Formats: sequence, structure tokens, C-alpha cells
Amino acid sequence: MKKNTVIVSVSPHIMSEETVSHIMWTVSLSLFPAFVMAVYFFGPRALFVTALCIISSILSEYFVQKAMKKKITISDGSAFLTGLLLGLNLPASLWSLNPFTIHVPIIGSFVAIVITKQLFGGLGYNIFNPALIGRVFLMASWPRAMTIWNEPTAAFVAFDAKTTATPLGILKEEGIGRLIEVFGDKVNLYTQLLIGHRSGSIGETSIIALLIGAAFLLYKRYITWHIPASFLGTVAVLAWIFGGKGTCLFTGDPLLHLLSGGLILGAFFMATDYVTCPSVKTGQILFGIGCGALTMLIRLKGGYPEGVMFAILLMNCFTPLIDRTIRSKVFGAIKVKTK
Amino acid sequence: MGLLTFKGGIHPPDRKELTKDKPIAEARPPRTVAIPLSQHIGAPCKPVVTIGQDVKKGEMIGEPGGFVSAAVHSSVSGKVIATGEFPNVMGRMVPSIVIENDGKEEWTILKDNPDYANLSSDELKEKIKAAGIVGLGGAAFPTIVKLSPPKEKPIDTVIINGAECEPYLTVDYRLMLEKPHEIIEGLKVLMKVFGINKGFVGIENNKPEAIKAMGKATRERQDVEIVIHALEVKYPQGAEKMLIKAITGREVPARGLPMDVGVVVQNVSTTFAIYEAVRYGKPLIDRVITVTGEGVRESKNLLIKIGTLISQLIEECGGLQDSTGKIIAGGPMMGFALSSLDMPVTKGTSGILVLPEDKVIHTEEFGPCIRCGRCIDVCPMGLMPSMLSIYSEKGFYEGSKEYNLWDCFECGSCAYICPSKRPIVQFIRLAKSLTKP
Ligand code: SF4
Ligand code: SF4
Repeated sequence: MKKNTVIVSVSPHIMSEETVSHIMWTVSLSLFPAFVMAVYFFGPRALFVTALCIISSILSEYFVQKAMKKKITISDGSAFLTGLLLGLNLPASLWSLNPFTIHVPIIGSFVAIVITKQLFGGLGYNIFNPALIGRVFLMASWPRAMTIWNEPTAAFVAFDAKTTATPLGILKEEGIGRLIEVFGDKVNLYTQLLIGHRSGSIGETSIIALLIGAAFLLYKRYITWHIPASFLGTVAVLAWIFGGKGTCLFTGDPLLHLLSGGLILGAFFMATDYVTCPSVKTGQILFGIGCGALTMLIRLKGGYPEGVMFAILLMNCFTPLIDRTIRSKVFGAIKVKTK
Repeated sequence: MGLLTFKGGIHPPDRKELTKDKPIAEARPPRTVAIPLSQHIGAPCKPVVTIGQDVKKGEMIGEPGGFVSAAVHSSVSGKVIATGEFPNVMGRMVPSIVIENDGKEEWTILKDNPDYANLSSDELKEKIKAAGIVGLGGAAFPTIVKLSPPKEKPIDTVIINGAECEPYLTVDYRLMLEKPHEIIEGLKVLMKVFGINKGFVGIENNKPEAIKAMGKATRERQDVEIVIHALEVKYPQGAEKMLIKAITGREVPARGLPMDVGVVVQNVSTTFAIYEAVRYGKPLIDRVITVTGEGVRESKNLLIKIGTLISQLIEECGGLQDSTGKIIAGGPMMGFALSSLDMPVTKGTSGILVLPEDKVIHTEEFGPCIRCGRCIDVCPMGLMPSMLSIYSEKGFYEGSKEYNLWDCFECGSCAYICPSKRPIVQFIRLAKSLTKP
């Protein structure tokens, strides 16, 4: 021994290589396919809006930590991920000079990072998903700008893309018949929904790309099936039972509901946020079912065409309660009670 | 057929390749030994020798201080040169006896029992007790206590623990390869003690040679039924409760003992010591340990005399590398980090592990809990280590009892897996030290 110091600490003396920042960056990476498809369909605007969110999230985190004299943790990737998720949840049309709305993503990022996350105590202590609060805040403050949906063009230079309603918007206002009409036929409707050739939030449209990312996360065990499966399953069942015309039960189209809106993005990437979902598996299933039920309640009965993000946020409120009531099963506990 | 196992657990790299092919070698005789009078859980021994007295190898130097206690014997022949308080590997000061080795290796009179198979249960227990045997897996619980359950808890199953799930250690593995018959005989002694005729051996599936050797030794003994079970490779497979669950499907009640479900578990080294005690009347004065880790020049499996200083063993293994960061008594998951090498190896020390600096994790840089749930998934006791660590961190020690603080046996799986590198076991120990069960 050259030097005379050894480290003395409590066991265990070895640890896995996994780190928080590695998790954050990997989840960010898993959203890359969806991001690429978004830029393909919505052009540079999608890129600009997302980049703006990411940059302002990171800067918000930096300055608020500096102001609160905390350790600067922007390299852990969590601010990046929050910015990315917020960006993917916004309409690409925000990047336009007429009307002037590019301050909107910046304010959303500020709300997400500063108010939702840091003022609650920072990473790990926030109750609500920061990106979703950011988006809901923007919806409430700029309802018009937040619901101007560009048509997917796949033309990189088209800065004045036409606007149109989202499939769920059409479904809500004009019914399934009109929706099929817009897309030609049913098969084409599903195909376009799958690849993401439709209007909507930047990152929510390309189901295929999102599923690739989700499969990667599942394979890497960064997320487990519990929340997505119970969330999607509940949506499918409720859509089938109640989603039909008028009062006819069991005539709904579950597939249409699964493929549209922000469901896939929400179920795999937002509801599974570690900090704001229950941490015991049984609790997660309950959480997923709650998200699914609330989503369908809003979609079918509420004032908005889409309910995924409200559903997740509402269930975030229940997370502490779920965590307190649904505990893990302690080894050997049952026998003790009967004693 | 799937391998037997339990729910939860982790897969740390096992690093057993450093020593698994190194036959057990006898360590060089120490010049002096420092033998603590408290090497076990329970009452310390009362010294029965004084300074200046000559002792023989195997002579009792400390008599049991109560029912839960174990006699201590001299591991060398020579002269008692000091008595007093010396630090043990857990960092506590314990009364010890220092003996200078005269190098003559003169044994005290031992009672050989070639026909030990005909001894009664009580006679066998008497011999095990006289030999001062304790659990050699690390906990060092007096074996005689385990073998004397109250009447209302009949034992119907004996399991030999060959899991050796701690990374790096290869003590039990080498013993199973080199002494399979003796271990099987030891198991038979245990079965005789309880008057049962079915025994089990559980071995992790990453030790196929051990499974083979033990299987072969078993087949050569047709008189009793012994089943060798291959277990899934997963830490902490060798924890008693997990092993019992894997092999018998029985779940030891929370805060209960294996005897509550009619099971007694002994690890391989202990079983071997039991055999030697019963067959040759040999007290527990030596044991096999693994001296290993990337920080020591030559890793070895050594048969050492209890009381040998760790510094001497390190020297025998070529000394430390320049980059030494941490020295651990025991395995990397549950062992104790040492502050000095001038401490004796005791009955419960199964290994000396030297980790180089770049393998040492600086846990003072831990982050907040991101509630990822990984610790909950891996906790073999089904606890919520995240909550335990948060409660303790915030000072709500009593509150952590709500989350079954005292069911934690500090296996370290939670802290191993935590991406935030939270020192969960440290938080748990802190809460335990400030509350009562
Ligand atoms: S150290 Fe305790 S809380 Fe952590 S995994 Fe082991 S038993 Fe569970
Ligand atoms: S593994 Fe660590 S970060 Fe994850 S829930 Fe447990 S304590 Fe929290």
C-alpha cells in the first residue's frame, strides 16, 4: 500500500453500474425514433419546438438550482428528459411567427422544472409529472395556440403548413363516419395512425416509432408491463363497451382509441415516470386501470377530445395514497398474522 | 425443470474465478495468535487460562458464558503472553487471549470416535458443544443452540447450505470438491441428532463440479436419503429463509426462526467442522477462508488457525496492490470494512477481500430516491427499502418500523441495485440502532 488510507463504510461493498443519469439518458434515447418521425412529418417546426423546450428546461434547472444554492444536477439528464417530453406533447404550430407563440414552450418548461419539480424539493419529490403540468398550464393559458394542429406534410421547408383537426377531435365532433371519410377507408385510417401520418402533438403521432422505443425500454427493464398493460387494457375494454354509437354497448372500436391521441406516448413514457407512479407492482396495476378509466371518461363524456394527460395527472394525486395502502408482501408475514 | 429459488434477489458478478480452482492450502503457522473470547452471537466466554500459562493445541482457553455461547480453544501450542481487549473485525473491542506459538503443534488429548455412527443424539450434541462450533457462514450463531430446539418445535428437515451466494468467496465450494464424503457424513450426524432420515443439500447452479462431487459422494452412501438440489444463481440464495423457501417451499414467519417451520440449516463449513468434532473430537480451531479480490497480489483458499492476524494472511498472499481501496472481512455484500489489518481472523470470518480503489463506491455522493422501485423488486424479504431509507434519512426512525424495519437482515440487495447509490443499509442500521424492535 503506497498510501495509508483505506475506506471504511457499511456493506454492501459492491454496487450495480446503473445510475440515475444513465436511466434518464436511455429513456431519452428511446424517444428518438418518435422524434425523428415527428420531424419527418411536421418539419423543422417540430425540431425547433422540442429543442426550445429542452434548452429552456435545462437552463431553468440550472438557474433555479443556482438560486436555491443547491447542487447543479443538469448532467443527470432529468431536465433534458422533461424538456423532451414536454416538447413532444406540444403542437408543432407553436413555432410560428404569426401569431407569435414561441414564448409558450419556454414558459411551459419553466413551469415544469421550477414550479412542478424544484419547488417541490427536486428530483424524486415532485408529486406531478413535470412535463404534463407544463402542458396543462399552457393549455389553460393559451388554449387557442395549443390547439392549432398542423397537417403532417413531410415537406421540410413548408413553414406555413395547413391546419386541421386531430383524429380524436374529428371523432368527437363529427363521428366515426367522417373520420373514415377523411382517411379514405378503415384500413388506410389504421395504417396512417400507425405510422403517424396525422395531426397531433409532435411526438404522439407515430405509434410504430413509439412502440419501438417502448419495446427497448421493456427489454432493458427500465419500465415494466404493469402500468402500460393495465392502462391500455382498460382503455381498450372501455372503448369497446361504451365507445359505440349512441347507447349501443359493445360496439366500440378499441383499436381506434388505442392508436389515436397521446395514449401510447402517455402509457409507456409518462405514466411510467418513476417519481410520480406507485412503486409497488400491484399499486401500479391499479394506477394503470385508473389512468385508463379516466382517459375514456374524458374522451367519451368530457369537454376535451383527449384525456390521457389529465388522467395521468389525476392519478398522480393518488400515487401517495396507493403507495401507502398497497405495500409489498413481506416475506413470512401472513403466518404471523394468524398466530 | 426450473431451478429452485425465491422471489427477489440480484445478480452481482460472482468473481469466483479468482480462487475457485485453487485447492485449499494450509497457511504458514503464525508466530502469535490473538483469540477473541467472543467470536459468536451470545455471551462471551470466561477465560480459563492466565498469562504465562502453557497451552496445547486444542486446549480450551475460554468456557461458554451461558447457554447461547461457544467454547474457545487454542489454535496453537505455546504460551499465553497477554490478555486484554483487542479490536475485532466489526470494530468493537473484545476480550482476547494472545498466545505465542512454539511451533511444536502439540495437541491436547482428543477423543477419537471411529464408531461415531452409533452415538446417541445427546452424545453427538455433547461433542458438538465441546468443540465450540458456531455457524461458519458469517453469523457465528452457536450451533448447539440451533440443534436444541424447544420440544414444541419438532425438526423434520435438515438442509446443508452450499449456496455460497456471496461473490468472491469459494470456501464452501472448495470444501465440497475436496471433502464431499466428510460433509455428507456431517449431514448424517445432523440427521441422527434429530432422528430423521431425509436430508437436503442446496448448491447454486454455477457450481456444477460441486454438485457433481456431492452427488457422487451421496450415491456412495445408500443407507439414508440425501437429495442434492441445484439452485438458481441469485443473491442472497444462501440466506437461511430464502434457502428454506427454495428447497421446501416453506416460508419462515417474519421475525421467526427456521425451527418454526421444522427446519435446521447448516452451512458446508460448519457441517465439515461438525464431522471433525464428532469423528476426531477436534475442536473448532481452524477454518478455511478465501483471501481474494483484485487488490491482493495472489488470491488463495487457505486453511488458517483461528486468531491468525489478517496482516499475516495478506502477506502470505503476496501483499496488497498499490491501489488498495478497501479491505473487507467476509464477502462484498455483507462483510465488514476494516480500518486496520492487525485484527485476528475469527470463527465467523469466511474471507478477506481486498478491493482496489477503482472498485470502491463513494456512497457519500448518493442522490435522492427517484422512487424507481428497483429496491422493492429485489428485496428478498418483500420490504420497501426506499421508504426505510427515506424515513431514516429524514430522522423518522420510529416511522420506519411501519415499513417492517426489523425484518431486514441487511443483505444489501437494495443498496446494490439502487441507481441513486443510496446507502440504504446504512440508513437501516442507523434506524435500528435508535429504535427497539
Ligand atoms: S438489506 Fe434489508 S431492505 Fe435491503 S434488500 Fe436486504 S432485506 Fe431488503
Ligand atoms: S432503488 Fe434507490 S432510487 Fe430506486 S426506489 Fe429504491 S431507494 Fe429509491
